Amino acid sequence: MMLLGLAGFTQAEYGINFPEPVTPSARDIYHIHMLTMTIAAVLLVIVFGIVSYSLYTHRKSRGYVPDQNMHKGWFGRWSWVVIPVLVLGVDMTIAGSAEKVLERLWLVPKDKDMMEVKVTGHQWWWEYEYLDQEVKVESRFVPQEKAGDLYLLEVDNPLVLPTNTKIRFLHTSADVNHSFWVPQLGFKKDAIAGYITETWAVIDKDKEGVYRGQCAELCGTWHARMPIVVQAVSPEKFTAWVAEQKTRIAAAAAEASSGKVWSKDDLMEKGRNLYNKNCAACHQLDGKGLPPAFPPLVAGAAFSAAENMSKPLEERGFLKDGKIVLGPVPKHVDIVLNGIPGTTMQAWKQLDNLEIAAIVTYERNAFNNNTGDVVQFADIEKARGANAAAAAR
Amino acid sequence: MSIATIAPGHESEHRGTPQGWRRWLFSTNHKDIGTLYLVVSLIMLFLGGAMSMLIRAELFMPGIQLLEPDFFNNLVTNHALILVFGAVMPAAAGMGNWMIPMMIGAPDMALPRMNNMSFWFLVAAAVMLVVSMTVPFLPGGGTMVNTGWTLYPPLSVQVGMSMDFLIFTVHLLGISSILASINIIVTILNCRAPGMTLMKMPIFCWSWLITAFLLILIMPPFAGGVTMLLFDRHFGTSFFNAAGGGDPVLFQHLFWFFGHPEVYVLLLPSMGILAHIIPTFSRKPLFGYHSTVGAMVAVGAMGMLVWAHHQYTIGMSLAAVTYFMIATILISIPVGLMVFNYIATMWRGAMTFETPMLFAVGIILMFSFGGLTGVMLATVPGDIQYHDSYFVVAHFHYALIAGALLGLYAGTFFWLPKWTGHMYDEKLGKIFFWMVIIGHNLTFFPQHFLGLAGMPRRVVDYNVMFTEFNMISSIGAFIFGASHLLFLYIIVKTVRGGAKPSEKVWEGASGLEWTLPSPPPFHTFTTPPAIK
Repeated sequence: MMLLGLAGFTQAEYGINFPEPVTPSARDIYHIHMLTMTIAAVLLVIVFGIVSYSLYTHRKSRGYVPDQNMHKGWFGRWSWVVIPVLVLGVDMTIAGSAEKVLERLWLVPKDKDMMEVKVTGHQWWWEYEYLDQEVKVESRFVPQEKAGDLYLLEVDNPLVLPTNTKIRFLHTSADVNHSFWVPQLGFKKDAIAGYITETWAVIDKDKEGVYRGQCAELCGTWHARMPIVVQAVSPEKFTAWVAEQKTRIAAAAAEASSGKVWSKDDLMEKGRNLYNKNCAACHQLDGKGLPPAFPPLVAGAAFSAAENMSKPLEERGFLKDGKIVLGPVPKHVDIVLNGIPGTTMQAWKQLDNLEIAAIVTYERNAFNNNTGDVVQFADIEKARGANAAAAAR
Repeated sequence: MSIATIAPGHESEHRGTPQGWRRWLFSTNHKDIGTLYLVVSLIMLFLGGAMSMLIRAELFMPGIQLLEPDFFNNLVTNHALILVFGAVMPAAAGMGNWMIPMMIGAPDMALPRMNNMSFWFLVAAAVMLVVSMTVPFLPGGGTMVNTGWTLYPPLSVQVGMSMDFLIFTVHLLGISSILASINIIVTILNCRAPGMTLMKMPIFCWSWLITAFLLILIMPPFAGGVTMLLFDRHFGTSFFNAAGGGDPVLFQHLFWFFGHPEVYVLLLPSMGILAHIIPTFSRKPLFGYHSTVGAMVAVGAMGMLVWAHHQYTIGMSLAAVTYFMIATILISIPVGLMVFNYIATMWRGAMTFETPMLFAVGIILMFSFGGLTGVMLATVPGDIQYHDSYFVVAHFHYALIAGALLGLYAGTFFWLPKWTGHMYDEKLGKIFFWMVIIGHNLTFFPQHFLGLAGMPRRVVDYNVMFTEFNMISSIGAFIFGASHLLFLYIIVKTVRGGAKPSEKVWEGASGLEWTLPSPPPFHTFTTPPAIK
């Protein structure tokens, strides 16, 4: 009964039904949803009606005499055929209409000129790679102070998509399973390491706007902090946005490879931003970590964890007698660059040399560590070279 | 049906009732082991229930107030495992132990020593599970299990040693369940009183027979899956590691090949209990005995063939999702028939509404609702949206609380007078029923809206737009939780004393178990009753 009342709503204030769909497939899904929900509501009303009538009428207190032979009549003998046939009819209605939508939804068009976006899930951020435009965007949640009422539904860099364009999404993961879900686009697809799965969408021409979703597959500690924000813009604006990104990337690359020697203050400033963005989810803004999963970065802090975590730290010189110590710089660079296999510490190879130099410098001087160490672009370049040489062997 | 006499058997004359702790530790008596199962399940019910209270307290408001994110994920995981394996399954096993021999006129379970063993394996598993939860709090204990009860790798490979204890827990539970299932199958097939053919057997026994076969079929693949996980974690194999040529999705298939039939393992015994309660309080035989048995067999068989509907979003082929969609939707046929038969049993009966019957009516209505949202979820296009959202959480709590848990509560009130020889307090029973119904619906009905509006499941924190319904849901959960203190009080009170019921207890009751005194003597049916 309550469901029937719902059928009238689309998007009420509190959101009790799907938000307005903005792609043809999302609209198809919405119709299937409304159809099955209406059928469910009608059947529920029928069941409630019959049971309520029976509860009222067929009770001992009203002197009703039980019909001991009801199951022996024709209905008793044939209901096992009648009921399944009726249910089958309902099933066929639902399956039939779902099947039609399913094909459109499932079979990704093979057009050559489709735009392609590779969506990679990471613990706990999304990476969007525009394969044709050669632009990469990292998208992370924005802390409450900045996001306000949009907290957990707001990111620093949205997934910018053109409207009225066939887009193929390729889904994969760099670590554990995630799931990409934006209700208004109308699909959800798991991101699984080792798999590349595809989905597609065309955002309606007149539906420029911001559409929000979240990671839907439990992916560890900060599963709740993996929002997805899609910003749909006109194809013209999208082209402009791509150009802007390319300029930005070129500028960053030029700066990073200029070979300039950076001052400690500049590196610290750069490092703080990068640390807060990339590292603080686990190691926290104050560097205290979340033991035992995520070690503190503060020298002298007590830390104990299972062997798969504590042993590599000891080997690298970062844990001694149950306390965190600051090991040698090259090892520090190695941990950030290559991660610690078998733990949640991932490799950050994808960052450029300057960024890693800034992060290591920051970590060695922030949180009262004050080692005075300054790590430069060239140190990282060397470390990467050693890696490549090791890999070649 | 009539029985000759309840002659005390040779055994009881020789040995008498064992006393003290030996009576329980070494017990081979189906009634005592049944009681043990029920006590353990009650403890686990409170443990798992307390976890859900913490979860709902954390989700009462946006923001992280009470729980570290990983502890929250850990509670989500163990809430499921404890209630599924620790509360519902043992309670059903306890009722099966108590009632099956009495219903089929057998002196005991066919394999009494194995019965003892399967119970104590369960206790060992429960201890192991508690160890798994405690170990992360000890120095060097590693991280907590934060994967949800599905234990999907690669996340489950990242977890500390807590996961290893959990894997061994699953092994022990598997052994326990398989032993108990073998025992029930052997008992039902071999120990029925002369004249009780399979098609005269009470439905509760049928439901357990099917459940037992399901358990024997599904536990081994699951045990295999978690063993492969253990190997991946420690011995360098790559069953589920794509980088080593393995397949993370393989685990999902192994898990759900177990996990989906498991739903029917939880459901069927409770549906069997309803087939006794509804005729009793409608004073009219069960409508469609044969079709109910057929429907239960069909549910069990079809339930084995639809597991991947939990995985529509992993990127299966069109052919695969189409098959799983249609097969899943078709399950509505036997389930619908079963519910129809129960309603038809009430129809033109002379109903009274004691607590067990109130629960039965509540179950029919709420389980129908859970079943209907199940059909919505079965459609692939719809599920692509609903999957892993709160809509799913709402759906399976309607299906499992109404379909499984409340059936066990109904059975508790129905049989408690028989087990203890004391009537429970009817007024308190009814208050408990209404608290449960109000609490349950208040908790889970708004969650449908949350899911549709876009709230994913298993999140420790959420956007402010989801606040109102989460608050309502939490308030409902606290009512639901509080009602269980009353439940405990009712049970303790009934065990300690109360009006003495007759052998039949209920006016409309029929069946061998109601020909025995309340409480039944330690050994019953040592001479098989004659079935007309």
